[in-house]
Amino acid sequence: MKILVPVKRVIDYNVKVRVKSDGSGVDLANVKMSMNPFDEIAVEEAIRLKEKGTADEVIAVSIGVKQAQETLRTALAMGADRAILVVAADDVHQDIEPLAVAKILKAVIDEEQPGLVLCGKQAIDNDMNATGQMLAALLGWSQATFASKLEIEGEAAKVTREVDGGLQTIEVKMPAIVSVDLRLNEPRYASLPNIMKAKKKPLDEKTAADVGVDVAPRLEVVKTTEPAERQAGQIVGSVDELVTQLKEKGLV
Amino acid sequence: MAVLMLAEVTDGALAMDATAKAVAAAKPLGDITLLCCGETAKDAAAQAATIDGVAKVLVAEDALYGHRLAEPTAALLVSLAGDYDHIAAPATTDAKNILPRVAALLDVMVISDVSGVIDADTFERPVYAGNAVQTVKSKDAKKVLTIRTSSFDAAATGGQAPVEDVATGEDPGLSSWVEDKVAESDRPDLTSASIVVSGGRGIGSEENFQLIEKLADKLGAAVGASRAAVDSGYAPNDWQVGQTGKVVAPDLYIAVGISGAIQHLAGMKDSKVIVAINKDEEAPIFQVADLGLVGDLFELLPDLTEKL
Ligand SMILES: Cc1cc2nc3c(=O)[nH]c(=O)nc-3n(C[C@H](O)[C@H](O)[C@H](O)COP(=O)(O)OP(=O)(O)OC[C@H]3O[C@@H](n4cnc5c(N)ncnc54)[C@H](O)[C@@H]3O)c2cc1C
Ligand SMILES: Nc1ncnc2c1ncn2[C@@H]1O[C@H](COP(=O)(O)O)[C@@H](O)[C@H]1O
Repeated sequence: MKILVPVKRVIDYNVKVRVKSDGSGVDLANVKMSMNPFDEIAVEEAIRLKEKGTADEVIAVSIGVKQAQETLRTALAMGADRAILVVAADDVHQDIEPLAVAKILKAVIDEEQPGLVLCGKQAIDNDMNATGQMLAALLGWSQATFASKLEIEGEAAKVTREVDGGLQTIEVKMPAIVSVDLRLNEPRYASLPNIMKAKKKPLDEKTAADVGVDVAPRLEVVKTTEPAERQAGQIVGSVDELVTQLKEKGLV
Repeated sequence: MAVLMLAEVTDGALAMDATAKAVAAAKPLGDITLLCCGETAKDAAAQAATIDGVAKVLVAEDALYGHRLAEPTAALLVSLAGDYDHIAAPATTDAKNILPRVAALLDVMVISDVSGVIDADTFERPVYAGNAVQTVKSKDAKKVLTIRTSSFDAAATGGQAPVEDVATGEDPGLSSWVEDKVAESDRPDLTSASIVVSGGRGIGSEENFQLIEKLADKLGAAVGASRAAVDSGYAPNDWQVGQTGKVVAPDLYIAVGISGAIQHLAGMKDSKVIVAINKDEEAPIFQVADLGLVGDLFELLPDLTEKL
């Protein structure tokens, strides 16, 4: 079985996001970019399935600017076998919407015929939490989102999902789309020899036009602003003072 | 303009607070038809009919919808979508599972976690863990949106909308339910509680987390946790507050042994009053806290619980 893992290049989660003062967006020039943290977990899970013999090939796919090559090299260094980059933008500030990403992934899947797609639950830049579900819809496949446990049992996958009420376990028919949550595994670091080896692994490149997908956004971003700032308040000296303040404010 | 809204129904029970908040958010968009589906949904529908602003309630009762599986529920929504301009739901994990699937089937984008409704096409939503707010204008014929409930006040009740049955769909046969692990609790629901007490890595163990629970019970509060506390096994996953957990905006949020990473702040920084207890006076949580107490939580917490 082949496993396809979509990986997105996003602003590193440790970087302090700066909103441009003219409201045109977030400053992404010269900031550290990394693989979306959820996608690292997806790559890790795919590699573990390969190590267990459940899968025989792991393909990482990224859609966006040319620089996403770096993200794909990271996936290859972690252990993916090959990578596909679909260039769909030339400005790092242009985010490709989940619907267009899902359409491009569908085109790749039609060609590659994987038995499982492992994607992240959410990209930490647009916070959409949508691509996996949209892809499942376009393919007419089953979906299991927010996975914290995954077991492949023949033609089905048993997936435990993190939901508002606790945990839900479902069984989905394969091929399936599984979106992964934070507690599925702890991704490995790529070792130096593997980083070197990754440079020689195949990385195919095509464009959104090659796969016939229009990436024009459906949602026009009118403006991007800073959220309301919170001011730091006061440090109180003791529990008694805290209790007094809370009572004065009518909170307890 | 008409809105079809998926009500939050779990095991036959309506999540009143989440649904009423989503109704309030969608009110300016037009007449709201609420869809209640589940293995049993009649009681939920009767209750949903009382929410002000609801024009009609549709009930789809079938074992097929009993566990809110995405494939059959999305198919049902799509079968009803023709008559509506907006398809919406409170941004719960269920809706986040289902609505993007609905949107793709309709060939439109989903607008996730809407925190402001500007007009019928224009919405505000937080991005980058709440470090920026985007205003987006949809060019799609139909708008599919999930609504961040913590940004809206609940609609009042007292209405009496008509309730109708709708035809249920076929089983796409793609997925099946195995089990739920739900912790029973008498505490208020995390997303609707007026006080939340949250613990972080600083609590140190699952046993020590009882210090947090004791304070919460004294205050009639819900219990929350940071990702680190959940990852370490001190607290269950459904207590996680943050970018990828629950978003809360209570009157009072007490953060204990939590450093205040942006991913945690994303889930609680709209709380009215924030109290932080941390031994590190440099902890970023103090930059957003209205009241801060610097010191060892193992001394301060029992004292606070006793004095409240
Ligand atoms: C993709 C992604 C998504 C994430 N989503 C979330 C999310 O939804 N929610 C979330 O919370 N995090 C999330 N995180 C994790 C986040 O980045 C932080 O790692 C996490 O919030 C830290 O938790 P913490 O504050 O409990 O732990 P720490 O940062 O380790 O802080 C522990 C604090 O406890 C204090 N402390 C220790 N002992 C004591 C004591 N005896 N008395 C008083 N104080 C004490 C310390 O001074 C310290 O400030 C996410 C991260 C990523 C990458
Ligand atoms: N441009 C992209 N390239 C590759 N994968 C993507 C892209 N956008 C989204 N994804 C995948 O879809 C998941 C969810 O993203 P989103 O729906 O944008 O929150 C991510 O974690 C990735 O696995």
